This record gives sequence, C-alpha cells and structure tokens, in this order.
Amino acid sequence: MSDRALLLRSIGAQTRAELLLTARRGENILITLIVPVALLVFFTALGVPGLTTDRPVDFLLPGMLALAIIANGMVSLGIATAYERYYGVLKRLGASPLPRGGLLIAKALAVLALEIAQVVVLVVIAATVYGWRPAGAPLVALLLVALGTVAFAGIGLAMAGALRAEATLAGANALYLFFLIISGAVLPLDRLPGPLAALARLSPAAALTEALRAALTVDVAFPLSALLVLAAWAVGALVVAARTFRWE
Amino acid sequence: MIRAQDTTVARQAIGLSAPAVVVDGLVKVYGATRAVDGLSFAVAPGEVFALLGPNGAGKTTTIEILEGYRAPDAGSVRVLGLDPIREARRLKLRMGVMLQADGVQPMLTPREVLRLYAAFFPDPLDPEELLDRVGLRAAARTRCRRLSGGQKRRLALALAIVGRPALVFLDEPTTGMDPQARLATWEIVRELRDDGTTVILTTHLLDEAERLADRVVIIDHGRLVALGTPQELTCATELGAVRLLASPGLPIAALAGLPGVRAAREVEPGSYAIEAIPAELPAALAAITAWLRDAGVTLRELRVGEGSLEELFLRLTGREE
Repeated sequence: MSDRALLLRSIGAQTRAELLLTARRGENILITLIVPVALLVFFTALGVPGLTTDRPVDFLLPGMLALAIIANGMVSLGIATAYERYYGVLKRLGASPLPRGGLLIAKALAVLALEIAQVVVLVVIAATVYGWRPAGAPLVALLLVALGTVAFAGIGLAMAGALRAEATLAGANALYLFFLIISGAVLPLDRLPGPLAALARLSPAAALTEALRAALTVDVAFPLSALLVLAAWAVGALVVAARTFRWE
Repeated sequence: MIRAQDTTVARQAIGLSAPAVVVDGLVKVYGATRAVDGLSFAVAPGEVFALLGPNGAGKTTTIEILEGYRAPDAGSVRVLGLDPIREARRLKLRMGVMLQADGVQPMLTPREVLRLYAAFFPDPLDPEELLDRVGLRAAARTRCRRLSGGQKRRLALALAIVGRPALVFLDEPTTGMDPQARLATWEIVRELRDDGTTVILTTHLLDEAERLADRVVIIDHGRLVALGTPQELTCATELGAVRLLASPGLPIAALAGLPGVRAAREVEPGSYAIEAIPAELPAALAAITAWLRDAGVTLRELRVGEGSLEELFLRLTGREE
C-alpha cells in the first residue's frame, strides 16, 4: 500500500470515528439541532417583539442558522476537543501515524456533516411549515455559513486550547446563551440598549446573523462591515487556536 | 539475556545492524529542574529493556523524548535510526506506545478503537484476534468509559501492538491491572521478544523488571546510576548486603561504626540497609546482633545477601518506589 493510500485510509477511519462520536453525544444533538429548531418554531408562533414584517420566519431562519453554526463550531467542537485532551485521547493519537493535519481534516469533515444536517433540517422545516422560500443570494449565504463555521470552530478550539476542560464546558455554554441574546437572532439589535447594541455589532454572532439575513433578503444592501467583523474574528480565532493548541 | 537468534530477526526486520535506540548525553530541563541530566544508553534490536527509578527520576520524560513528544535541550536520540521529531511519521509507522494515561475515547468501544488504530498501519494485526489475546472479547461492545482500569490498560496494550511495531514503548504497563491481567501482559511481552520486537518499558515493580527485562537501567535525578542484566546488577549487591527490620529511629552512626560494617542507612522508618565488608560478614553480623541485644531492640527480621533488584534499587536511590 502506498503511503498516500494509507494516509487516505487513516483519515477515512478517523472521520468515521468522529461521525460516530458526533451521533453519540446526545447533549450535542440537543444544542446543535433541537434548540435552533425549537426556537424557530417557538418564535415563529409567538412573533418577534418589535418586528415590522408580517413573516417572522424570514427574520428568524437566518438567525437560527447562525445559532446552529455557533453551537456546532464553538460549543460542540470546543467541548469535545477539550475533553479529548483531558482524557489523553489527543496525546495518544499524537503517537500514532495519523498526522496532525489528518486529524484536523477528519474533525472538519465531521463538523461539515453535522452542519449539512442542521441546514437541511432548519431550511426544510422553514420551507414546509412556514412557507419560507430562498430569496436574495443563497450562494453568498452558503459562503457566509462557511466563514462563520471557520470563525466559531476557531473560537471553540481556542477555548479548548487555553482553558481547562471544565472551564471550556462552562464557558462555551455561557457564551452560547450570551450570543443568543446579543446576536440579533431572535431579538432585533435595535431593541437592545445602545451601548450593548454597539458592542454586539462587534461580536462574531451578530456579524454572522446580520450578514446571513442580508444575503437571504431581496433588495438589502450587503453589510460589508459585518463581513469584515466576521472575517477578523475568523482570522483571530484561528491564530489563537493554532497558538494555544496542545496535545496534552 | 539477548538471544542471538532474536537479535538477527530484529536486525533483518529493521534492515540495520545499528542499535534500536541510542540516547546520547540527553538533557531535559523544566524550569530549575534537570529532569534528565546527561543520560546515555543504547538498546539492542530485539532486547527487552527496562527503565527503573523512583517517581520523578526522569523515566517518562526520557521515554516521551524517544516517542517524539518533546525535544531534548541537549544531547541527541535516535530511534530505529530515525529522529523522532523530524522523521515522525516514518518512526510512528514502526513504533507502538502505551502511555501512562490510556487515552482511549470514552464514547467508543474497544473494538471501534482497535479498528481505528489498525487503519493507521499498512499491515496491522487482526483486531478480533487481538481482542481475544488481551482478554477483551467479552467487553468488545462496551463503551470504553464503562471499562475497568485494568481493561483500559489492556486495550492500551493492544493499541500499542496492533501495527506490528518493530519497537514498543510501555510506560508502567501493568499499573492498575489485577494479577491475572499482569501475567497475561508479561506473556505478551515475552511473545513480542520472541518475534524480535524491541521493548522498552518503565515499571514500578522490581520483580517485573527482573522477570521480563534482558537489561535494566536504573535512573535517579535524571542520571544513570546502574545498567546491566538483572543478574549482573543483583550480583553486585549480593555480597555484604544486610537488611534489618526493627524499631524506627535507631542511631545510624552507631550501627555504621560497628566492626565489619561499611555503611548503614534507615531507608524507611524501621527498615535499615546495612552494607558489610564481604570478607567480614560473619563478624559484622555478630556485632550487629550483639549491639541490638545490648540496646534492647526488638528484631523483626534480619536478612543477608538477598541479592534482589530491590536491594540494589534502595541502595542506589535511597527511596522506595
């Protein structure tokens, strides 16, 4: 067997293991799939306070997509990675022939697979139950999903690298709740107190939500500032993640 | 002992007649501590080589440098003729490791973990056969987080050998195992040696080193204090070693000053290691027992010429492992 074929087989096996683990972590499914779907259903029925449009789903779906990305990259990947280091799983893999890059590819593929499931479930529910139809620039939205994934996966990995496993667990969940409030996903940003809204606009959560919402709406000028904020977070988080990453 | 036949097999397997491992003037510093302080030794292909030493002696640091986890601060190491950091993948394809922490994924089963690691190597052992060999057949479908400490240890051992390595590192392999699993592990180490695999192990258990190892290196404070076959090492202690169990706090200076006695130490409360001049051993024993009688000390045990690795270990390091 050539080394190239062996490498591909190694990455394939690791990817399979990562997918198994994703499916087995019940609390992950809750926070990555069930919570965004539940919030979509709940606030579509209840209505969003202060929203002028008569179709809340157009406002809510981009927000729930952003929330799903945050849960997948930051909460799920971050906590899982922190505990894999805590249990010595990463250290043991470090002595195996699987290269570091191979492990990262396998983890990225598992994040991607979960993300496809999230997007499909949310979009299908929005379309079939609430009559949502793609508008604006869906391809741009997909690119934003990719950029958001890089940013939040970077934040999750940076937390896993810099903090203890327990602190990553608590911190990622707390940040998830905080981002839910200040992202504009369910609560329009202009309903927040002025200083908090200004701060929120610098967060990757609000940037991703705003950009996704603009991309999926017709005749809205694309918010370049949100894109810049998100890109800056993506680069910064990756740099910190690469610097703090430890096998043990 | 190194058997010529095994050595030949191992040399053919790695295509070299060079040593499997060379450690040359190795230094590793953590802050103010010299964890490894000028260590040098070589391990022959096909040899079972044991590192012994108290906690903090530098055994694990040395092994983890050989495994490529950290770089030396000075000196050099070669493992199977390779640099463990710069030629990491080539080395890792021919090396197996069992770390002190098992590092198995709690949410996977032993079978899944074994299949995963088998996929990393070009010609792995059959995971199903390996499950039988390490006694995990009945637990093959149990999530690893539900395994006992000993079962996890056995899975870690299976992971170390699944890739048919030329060299295996076992860091405290039988710690946490019950006696039965320990015997099974020793059997696997002997099988590895019979196949020509080089095995480097650290252990707390002196009898483990004595039974398994072709050669033993004793390390303390990051320095080599003794190196040889178990027979060679124990011969060195056989003559003149006296072990005494009595009440704690006896005046060491008085013991050491007795006729025929070269040195005396209380290695732990109530346990004394006395080194007699071999030619004057009977006189020394007479003096010791007479002194104990005059001092009114209760004697619990008096042993001469035990010649175990433990005696040597205590004498060299002054600590119980």
